[in-house]
Amino acid sequence: MVPVDYYILLSAILFTIGVTGVLVRRNALIIFMSIELMLNSANLAIVAFSSVIKSFSGQIFVFFVIAVAAAEVAVGLALIVEIFKSRRSIDVDQMSSMKG
Amino acid sequence: MTLDLALFLLLALVAIASALGMLLSGNAVYSALFLVLNFITVAVFYLMLGAPFIAMAQITVYAGAIMVLFLFVIMLLGAESLPKSNVLPWQRPLAIGLSLLLFAEAVYLLVTKATPEGNILPPAETVNATENLQHLGVALFTDYLLPFEVVSILLLVAMVGAIILTKKEKGAAK
Repeated sequence: MVPVDYYILLSAILFTIGVTGVLVRRNALIIFMSIELMLNSANLAIVAFSSVIKSFSGQIFVFFVIAVAAAEVAVGLALIVEIFKSRRSIDVDQMSSMKG
Repeated sequence: MTLDLALFLLLALVAIASALGMLLSGNAVYSALFLVLNFITVAVFYLMLGAPFIAMAQITVYAGAIMVLFLFVIMLLGAESLPKSNVLPWQRPLAIGLSLLLFAEAVYLLVTKATPEGNILPPAETVNATENLQHLGVALFTDYLLPFEVVSILLLVAMVGAIILTKKEKGAAK
């Protein structure tokens, strides 16, 4: 038996690592991966809470989050490929102008 | 210490270490592989929480589909690592400080305000896989039917969007 606090604490740690990744790294792909990590940590907290209150709603919510994440990754990676085509780099420091 | 708790602590260690590996690795391919490991440990957590369907969806969708897409794009672009640059030298320490502040806030709220109660029992005592699937399926196609259809449209829009974004325009000067 594991107290639910432990799961929430683990979720907080993973979320913080994801935030740090978004803020620190310059590679657009790794920023994307960090966003996925944050989504995952939120999912973990949702499932932990739904397991405590013995409800299925949390699991269904997580299922929807996974579907939305898949859609987001498809569009986001297409955008990154387009940016790479026009700039030959995916360094976010170099994407400083709105002009395509 | 029960077996359950020991397993949790061990897996938590793996999850945090692989997340840090993703963050610190200089090569994007290694980062993606560390993230796959992290997703699989999270899937095992879902199993321990009595959510076998979500665990399998996590492995097939995240570790299987999404990360393969990531690896494919990394190798397509040849963008494993970036050259060093010093555009914003003050940004990195500031970012780390702010992240630690966020973590401190989260822990403070967890300890003082949220104080979630209850224990996670080993799943064998609370749920079995067939029952879980049955309940999920019934709930998904009755109470959550409209969100389900909206998600299907969202996936269609994302697919069309990705195709249009990457398609070469006809007659465009290349």
